[in-house]
Amino acid sequence: MKYTAPQTDMRFVLFDVFEATALYAALPGGEQHGRELIEAILEEGAKFCEQVLAPTNAIGDSEGCHYDQASQSVTTPKAFREAYDRFVEGGWTGLCGDPAYGGQGMPESVGYVFKEMIESANVAWGTYPLLSAGAVDALTHHGEQWQREVFIPRILSGDWTGTMCLTEPHCGSDLGLLRTRAEPTADGSYRISGTKIFITAGDHDLSKNIVHLVLARLPDAPAGTRGISMFIVPKYQVARDGSVGERNPVAAGSIEHKMGLKGSATCVMNFDGAEGFMIGQPNRGLAAMFTMMNTARLGVGVQGLGLIEVSHQNALAYAKDRLQMRSLSGPKRPDKPADPIIVHPDVRRMLMTQKACAEAGRALCIYSALQVDLVSRHPDASVRQRADELLSFLTPISKAMLTELAIECTSHGVQILGGHGYIHEWGLEQFLRDARITSIYEGTTQIQALDLLGRKIMGQQAVGLRHFLGEIGSFCTAQAANAVIAPWVTSVARHAQDWEVLTREIGTRAAQNAEEIGAAAVDYLFYSGYVSFAYLLAREAEAVTRASYTGTAEFRDAKLATVGFYFDRLLPRTLTHAAGVRAGAASLTTAVEAALV
Amino acid sequence: MKILVGLKRVVDYTVRVQVKPDGSGVAIDGAKMSVNPFDEIALEEALRLREAGKASEVVVVSIGVAACMQQIDTGLAMGANRGILVKTEGAIQPLTAARVFAKLCAKEQPDLVILGKQAIDDDANQTAQMLAALLDQPQATFASKVEVDGNVARVTREVDAGLETLEVDLPAVLSVDLRLNTPRFIKLPDIMKAKSKPRETIELASLGIESGDHLATTQHAPPPKRQKGVIVKDVPELIAALKAKGLL
Repeated sequence: MKYTAPQTDMRFVLFDVFEATALYAALPGGEQHGRELIEAILEEGAKFCEQVLAPTNAIGDSEGCHYDQASQSVTTPKAFREAYDRFVEGGWTGLCGDPAYGGQGMPESVGYVFKEMIESANVAWGTYPLLSAGAVDALTHHGEQWQREVFIPRILSGDWTGTMCLTEPHCGSDLGLLRTRAEPTADGSYRISGTKIFITAGDHDLSKNIVHLVLARLPDAPAGTRGISMFIVPKYQVARDGSVGERNPVAAGSIEHKMGLKGSATCVMNFDGAEGFMIGQPNRGLAAMFTMMNTARLGVGVQGLGLIEVSHQNALAYAKDRLQMRSLSGPKRPDKPADPIIVHPDVRRMLMTQKACAEAGRALCIYSALQVDLVSRHPDASVRQRADELLSFLTPISKAMLTELAIECTSHGVQILGGHGYIHEWGLEQFLRDARITSIYEGTTQIQALDLLGRKIMGQQAVGLRHFLGEIGSFCTAQAANAVIAPWVTSVARHAQDWEVLTREIGTRAAQNAEEIGAAAVDYLFYSGYVSFAYLLAREAEAVTRASYTGTAEFRDAKLATVGFYFDRLLPRTLTHAAGVRAGAASLTTAVEAALV
Repeated sequence: MKILVGLKRVVDYTVRVQVKPDGSGVAIDGAKMSVNPFDEIALEEALRLREAGKASEVVVVSIGVAACMQQIDTGLAMGANRGILVKTEGAIQPLTAARVFAKLCAKEQPDLVILGKQAIDDDANQTAQMLAALLDQPQATFASKVEVDGNVARVTREVDAGLETLEVDLPAVLSVDLRLNTPRFIKLPDIMKAKSKPRETIELASLGIESGDHLATTQHAPPPKRQKGVIVKDVPELIAALKAKGLL
């Protein structure tokens, strides 16, 4: 497996399409985040991912993680530890962290671009730093002063890593069923007892301490989700003065044997009266955890994106190299015994599907990440609020679209290699196995769809959608006279209109029958995703045809070809999804009772 | 001990450069630009000498357009103490570059100048040799190992017959080869710190040098396309075919 970070496209999306430097300049301290500095950072980050991390990807898959019963501890593949040490040495763990706690203070959007490189190079390894970022977020927003001062600097330095402990054996998507207990003690700390499962990076040998953020119930807590509090529980006890003490009674009971993502330790964690401290208010733990979950959901979308990109790069190289059969319109390489398989239209369809999804997905991730920057740093409260509404609307779309498309696109990667795609040594099947979890964890596609349609559309009067449609409308009006991209702009405008109509139709039907939401949600999410992609790609097409465009002709031509392919071949998927939404709930509820016996 | 290192801004090695259709040059507008890889090795060696206590200061120099400051930034992030940009819009050919370094040496008085043996854009492999001649200092080119001991540098060079070791008195000019070292990965905090390191910009004209062309380029052309091969039956047929092409 080979990986080259697509830096040209990353820079293009960040600086040319979304004009990030102008946006950063409006944030406090953001004037220091100039284009040249960010490019230098991304270039060094790319070197780390290409040269240090990518070579560990196949090793991690073959070697996997190991659990030792006697010490109840987990060891990661040896190469992972070396890569993690170099990651820490390079200072990368603190990229977006608060400078007051030893971070480098770079915008989150720069962090997301770097994260894409990590996920392409080694998605399993990437799960270890991924959850640390979520822990820092939760501590920043909900932690007490001493908790922030003791924990954040050590997580940012990479000495400690974080986890998120939600799931229990009987309680996955429905956190209201949660049973883990927290007993208050005289010194203000708590004793946490219970079992958590599916804990990513729950135990490992990369960092000196592991900080678990745990959802549990106080003795007097009400039932359901309103009785959940959040606690910080370190593997080694940590006192309020920051000193590290004895081993806390929290340990891995076993690790899971999974389809993919084998280098990432998925642990059963047993808490036996472990010392912990409450983060945030009693019984308000779910709200605090949502801060982490939103970060993690965007992060999982980026995992999908990274896998699409790396699968594409490897499939493309193979398709240009592999000689089989002749082109239907006559030999293209008469000097060879056969033509490379890239001459065949359907091989191109698969390659272009990957490429279009990667480029549109990158735009969606960076667009969302720029909203994260606005939410966390913009001085104007109304700008922060708008960005927050937009972000919470886009998060489920981004997470579900990119992970479902990652499964499709990494499967194309296997298909393009034919029989070799199914063979372990080529590496393409690993991308597919690794991708398969992404549409499940951090909220399944189905949960994302319900979050989008139930909460963000119906529950919040579609405020995020209205912001987004407003922006699309302004773009289409502004570009109405732009002849080069006219057909695409017209198409985006028409789809945006239909999006609004479709949303109203569901609202009307849901008022009669609540099942309509559940029956329409996934199709509605995909419809939303494909229209969002169309809008973002039209903006990319506009950016390469501007008079002020400074990139190469090759990049411009490739971009326009990709956008054209998307509008011809992928956007029409909206027809199916709209039909699914309009078919109503009956075919998924009452009408199929007899069939599902 | 002070070391001067040259960093040339070149098209990145990953870019596939195409000849312009009219043969007037190569199309590199908007292409990714980087530090010449040989020069990165030169800087790495200078930094290692400093880290070993043999040198106290490493100064990086780039010659060219204002954007060359990016390459100076890279050098400062790798660890150089300060940077000098000699600014010009004109073409920089090896003799011009050598004259610029000679002027800077007169001012800076370095004990060592370390340059890449060639740049990956024009592959000239001339600047270090010309500079040594202009300064009338010893030179050791194509270095694959460098040891500094007091006022002497022991340099192992890669030559056609194998390895040759030279001892040169300092001050001297070195040019480095690919196998000398592997440049370090730049650490994120060092990229941030580089911004506050001292750097100066000098106009080329203020050194009394013109960027004038010493070489005239008549035409650019891509290499000829590979012809379709033929399979020969036996050795005599091969010999005959080679003779027919005038290759034997």
